[in-house]
Amino acid sequence: MSFALWTPLAIPAVLALLSLVVPSPALRRLSPVASSVAVLVSGLLLVSAVLADQVPTLAGGLLRADALSAYMLTVVGAVGLVSTWGGLGHAGNVPARFAGSYDALISVFLAAMSLAVIADNIGLMWAAVEATTIATAFLVGHHRTPRSLEAAWKYVILGSVGVAIALLGIVLIYAASRGTGEATLSWLVLSQAGLPLDPALIRAGGALAVLGFATKAGLAPMHSWLPDAHSQAPAPVSGLMSGVLLAVALYAILRIQTITDAVIGPDFLRIMLSVGGLLSLFVAAALLIRQRDFKRMLAYSSIEHMGMMAIGAAIGAAALPAVLLYVLGHGLTKATLFVISGRILEVEGTPKIDDVRALLVRRPGLAVLWLIAMAALIGFPPFSIFFSEVGIIVAGYATGMGVVVGIALVLLLVIFASLTRLTVAMTIGAPVAQTSASVAAPAAVLPSAAAPGIDVTGAMTGVVPAAGVGASVTPVDAEPRPEAPIVPDRSGHGPMLPLILALGTTAVVAFIAEPVGTLLTRAAEVLGGIQ
Amino acid sequence: MFTTVYPQLIGLCTGALLLTSALMVWRHSLLASIRLLSVQGFALAALVAVIGVEEGELEVILVAVLVLLVKGMALPWVLARETHATTRTDEAPRLNPTAALLTVALLTILSYVVASRLLTGDTSISAHAAPIGLAMVLIGFLLLVTRRQAGSQLIGFLVLDNGIATVAFLTSGGVPLFLELGISLDVLLVVVILYVFAGRMRNKFGNTEIDQLRKLHD
Repeated sequence: MSFALWTPLAIPAVLALLSLVVPSPALRRLSPVASSVAVLVSGLLLVSAVLADQVPTLAGGLLRADALSAYMLTVVGAVGLVSTWGGLGHAGNVPARFAGSYDALISVFLAAMSLAVIADNIGLMWAAVEATTIATAFLVGHHRTPRSLEAAWKYVILGSVGVAIALLGIVLIYAASRGTGEATLSWLVLSQAGLPLDPALIRAGGALAVLGFATKAGLAPMHSWLPDAHSQAPAPVSGLMSGVLLAVALYAILRIQTITDAVIGPDFLRIMLSVGGLLSLFVAAALLIRQRDFKRMLAYSSIEHMGMMAIGAAIGAAALPAVLLYVLGHGLTKATLFVISGRILEVEGTPKIDDVRALLVRRPGLAVLWLIAMAALIGFPPFSIFFSEVGIIVAGYATGMGVVVGIALVLLLVIFASLTRLTVAMTIGAPVAQTSASVAAPAAVLPSAAAPGIDVTGAMTGVVPAAGVGASVTPVDAEPRPEAPIVPDRSGHGPMLPLILALGTTAVVAFIAEPVGTLLTRAAEVLGGIQ
Repeated sequence: MFTTVYPQLIGLCTGALLLTSALMVWRHSLLASIRLLSVQGFALAALVAVIGVEEGELEVILVAVLVLLVKGMALPWVLARETHATTRTDEAPRLNPTAALLTVALLTILSYVVASRLLTGDTSISAHAAPIGLAMVLIGFLLLVTRRQAGSQLIGFLVLDNGIATVAFLTSGGVPLFLELGISLDVLLVVVILYVFAGRMRNKFGNTEIDQLRKLHD
């Protein structure tokens, strides 16, 4: 089964080269989808091998797939597939000259992320994570507007400095490993209990490495690149970054935590991760309350969920299966939402929540899935995010971290309320009759039809539903007028199947004990969880 | 013979590393900073070569050649091309030179304090010099935070990276060769990308000041 270790690296790499040379746009656009399929199938093959009690290795043990790596590779493939397949309808305003490099970079990104999760070497994993910064830099700056340039610059500077700090930590861990006789960076060797590692070096190295990867994972207070990059990147890329890049950074944190826990005990990183997680929840809660841009809303929700996962990691063994399920659930849901947000942005032409109203009536083709996916994201059952959050909170109380999960729960409620309000503002309600209203009605009741110049009235009308009385206001300003009939737009504006599959998977995955439950338990065992 | 000169050579190389970092904080001209960065690259390569000869390992000598090519020549060349192409804009940093140099001194003391706590078990000569690497990391941060031009920020990032490499070589004789290759390639690509972005910035705004990147916020 060890061939499945090189396919997720080689096939996307070849496809990346092909998409640079193939002239046909139709074929070229399929190459990222094919890359995702290659990664997903390899991941599933490795999962089946792991469940049959094998541990495939390759290249002298440099590539190795234990239960955790196989699971993460499957997540990378699945989220990649949803983002790239769902993004097929997304043409964007891309000059044809750069279209080939766009598809190539997505394949490179997938190959690098695969390498990061199957490398049994901290240094190699570091190089792969840094390579994704390089691949995504041009993807973030793809639209070539001043704003996307700003987002890309911040992203590259913060991302590479963060990852450089992680490298310093890895170097210190490497120096500590000289105590074992031969210096090594292998996860397998370093995760063993009872190694004669220097505690002071491991403490400093672990702290720096976690700090560095936390920057990449978008945990507060190093999160400031994330909303900018996610809102400016093309929608499929935002989905990939949110669902894959953040998850892989969390994976690195979990692996490093295993090393430090064995040497200096769990308390040290537990405090660090709890603080980071709670701060992330706080930042997300504070900035979601008054959010105006729906892509930034999704970005802050990513910070929220990464914060919750960090708290799960801080709790340790008991919460790890829930955290791993969380990674899959959040990845699939967020990729779906970013893909739909890209389509809304394309058909509505605005990223402002205030300008996108009554989607359910006007564009049911997009709004129904958007509502379902938002419900999954907010944490409604039967979607798996609900079970992950409950699992983390219960495990937190059981391990005596009641205060931390108590604060987290309060912040989660605030976020729940904000996201619900923003989603309702976008989807529910009756539409404004555009043509006639702009002539007859006073300007104050024209949120979407107001001319771009009248920013003040736009902002004022945005405040009214913000007060929570949107439902009572909308019927007034949206009196049906016979001369402007609204034709519901039932088109999905792109492939719907990947989105439906993604949401369906998150809805059922939590109920499947075999093999999902077994796999999660085994992956948690790799991290020193449930013995 | 070599064992008697070895401590002095280590001291000389690390001294050159620290001196070039401090001078970069002091000088405001971008071109001068790039020349200093090139000198720093040579000093780092010399340090690696000295460690390699002491340990008698061919692999470490190869890494020294790699460091020389990437950090001593390729990166400064990329940066210098960028700078020659533009009008000469000198840096107006947020800190005046006196305050900046004072901060450098404080950061160096801080890194010695931290390292004395950290490397208690290691009494080798190279580990004694490791605080210099930490100091370079902190000085790189200082450059990143206080400079306003895109090019100067890039230099700060590279000083930070050189500092990490110094720590790596002094505490553990460097990471394995294939990793060093990967890391060097990554750093080179990051610099090329930032270079391209700086070019786009000049096309869009007419200059490369970071302060104008303030449109995205909540």
